Amino acid sequence: MISAGIDVGGKNVHIVITKNGTILARVGGPTGINKAEAAEQLYAEALKQAGLKREDVTQVVATGSSGPRVTFANGVIPDAAADARGVIKLIPSARTIIDVGAEEGRAIKISPEGKVLDFAINERCAAGTGTFVDTMSRALEVPVEEMAKLSLKSTRSIPMNAQCAVFGESEVVSLIHQKTPKPDIARAVHDAIAGRISSVARIVGLEKDVVMIGGVAKNLGFVESLKRDLGMEVKVPDDPDFVGALGAATAAAAGVLEEKVEAKVVEKEKIEEGKA
Amino acid sequence: MLANYGFKDGSGDWFLSVDTDKCNGCSKCVEVCPAKALEVGADEYDPFREEPVVKVTAGERKKLRYTCAPCRPGYGENPPPCAAACEFGAISHSDGWKLLYGQK
Amino acid sequence: MVEVKKVEYWRWPETSWVNPDIDWKKGKLVTAGVDVGSVSSQAVVMVDGQLYAYSNTRTGSDSPDSAWKCVNMALEKSDMKVDNIDYCIGTGYGRVNVPMAQQTITEIACHARGANFMYGPEIRTVLDMGGQDCKAIRCDERGKVMKFMMNDKCAAGTGRGMEVFADLIRVPVWEIGPRSFQIKQEPPMISSTCVVFAKTEVVGLLQEGMPENDIMAAYCAAMAHRITELLNRLGMEEKFAITGGIAKNEGVVKRLEKELGVKSIDKVWHDPKMQEKGLPFDTQIAGGIGAALFAFAMLERGKAQSARKA
Repeated sequence: MISAGIDVGGKNVHIVITKNGTILARVGGPTGINKAEAAEQLYAEALKQAGLKREDVTQVVATGSSGPRVTFANGVIPDAAADARGVIKLIPSARTIIDVGAEEGRAIKISPEGKVLDFAINERCAAGTGTFVDTMSRALEVPVEEMAKLSLKSTRSIPMNAQCAVFGESEVVSLIHQKTPKPDIARAVHDAIAGRISSVARIVGLEKDVVMIGGVAKNLGFVESLKRDLGMEVKVPDDPDFVGALGAATAAAAGVLEEKVEAKVVEKEKIEEGKA
Repeated sequence: MLANYGFKDGSGDWFLSVDTDKCNGCSKCVEVCPAKALEVGADEYDPFREEPVVKVTAGERKKLRYTCAPCRPGYGENPPPCAAACEFGAISHSDGWKLLYGQK
Repeated sequence: MVEVKKVEYWRWPETSWVNPDIDWKKGKLVTAGVDVGSVSSQAVVMVDGQLYAYSNTRTGSDSPDSAWKCVNMALEKSDMKVDNIDYCIGTGYGRVNVPMAQQTITEIACHARGANFMYGPEIRTVLDMGGQDCKAIRCDERGKVMKFMMNDKCAAGTGRGMEVFADLIRVPVWEIGPRSFQIKQEPPMISSTCVVFAKTEVVGLLQEGMPENDIMAAYCAAMAHRITELLNRLGMEEKFAITGGIAKNEGVVKRLEKELGVKSIDKVWHDPKMQEKGLPFDTQIAGGIGAALFAFAMLERGKAQSARKA
């Protein structure tokens, strides 16, 4: 059976097409302003890559913050469910998942069967996300893909006081004026977000194996900072930014078109109303 | 006086509140905080107060969301260690952290 | 596109003033408050608790230099020297680096005291939005802090958040307020609660062809909403006073008052004599006034010694 998983995130869309568990195509691209359109165009590209026609795909499941916008999906599952399915498939020993994307981060505790036991979400603030790295890389005048290599050259840790991407930018500029070596600044940036992510991860409890996925997992400098902060080994699968989509495709293959990852905290609904 | 340490931003309310009328500076909360985020000293907001009072250390105030997260304020029935240690009920947390939790 | 001159859309003019009716040499206690903020610095000098001189300047990259600059500017049209000051209290973000201060007090306490002096004892809620922070304070009739909520972590409810927006749309920050009302209808407010995400949203709106004035209205509305949430969370009580730089942005203030359903008190001196004399009313000096008043109170109550050198 051929299935597809479409992960529409804040910054990027990731698509995976699988056949009986093997990946046939993997395509990623920017979400842009028109999310439905981006998903459509990238899906067409993925089908082309796999040499398939639309009709060949039995089920399409979407996920991600804009998963519901995918017009051609048969089903939508929450990020935590997609991440769990994707990770357990790749790394069966995984028990804690840390997923950091451009606009959101989450920590998920899973059972050996890959069921979500608990999760915590870090959202609505750029400081705990990939956007923070992007913004700081601009202030450092370094392409974001170079941040990892740069930070790994650093030999010391310096504090970063700003807790906000906007104030952080000013802090980086002032560190540059003070002639602080760029590798040290890059490392400080990674250390800062790692501290935030690890404290959110501690909410669900850190049980090994800890696996990191999402776009920011490609940044090995950040992963080093995270390992240091957690005091634990962190595994990163290949193409970590596609794991959500892989999980959605796996759900599709299993015929799972929706999944509830329940918030059993009754007060949560009341607070959600109040916060609007 | 109610001293709300922390911040409110677009993602929620992240405050550790100290009711200074109830606090006698006994420091039990300071000892139990795993993040070493509390200290007892002069009241910064009432320059004429004589007795010391508990406050969040300056370095933690702007990142309180992440400082307190591992103790899970509002997650279940049990209060975080600092609030539990205070026999006068001077310490409380806002609801922000509840929005982080997926489930109980 | 080549830009020859870098225009700074956030700059505003510096000011200073000396009270022509006070002969400081005839006074008993000269006190000063120096409020070094992240964006602006003010020095306020009082003689026996009466407003004598003040300045409102831009903070530079060095806090001690900024402190000296605003103090010197406050005194330049007077024959008073820094050595004539009995007691000086530093406040604001850079308070630990105020070289001429004998003591520091937090800006929360100083703004409450200062607002009480400027607006009167009916004030119960003070909102101060500075360059890098936003404070909501509840006080009593003496200007003593009852409770407060501060955000100095997130750019979204601060002057910086407005400056980033001004730079993005290339409109001077003091034009944003008035232009935000030159619209046909209030647009929906910017939905992103984070300045970084809001920038992307604004770019999208510009691409969609939304008129600039409408985008300014949407951004001011979002900021007003942020502040309303903070004030409601703290609990509002009238009378309500707004201090700090944001008081000068009508685009945010009017929308804030509308959403709260409460009007802020008029920017008029509580003391009718000061109002009659036409003493300039600058909302940004509240912190400095509070600090100078605390200095006066400390000396009067015997809690501090005069540090006067001349």
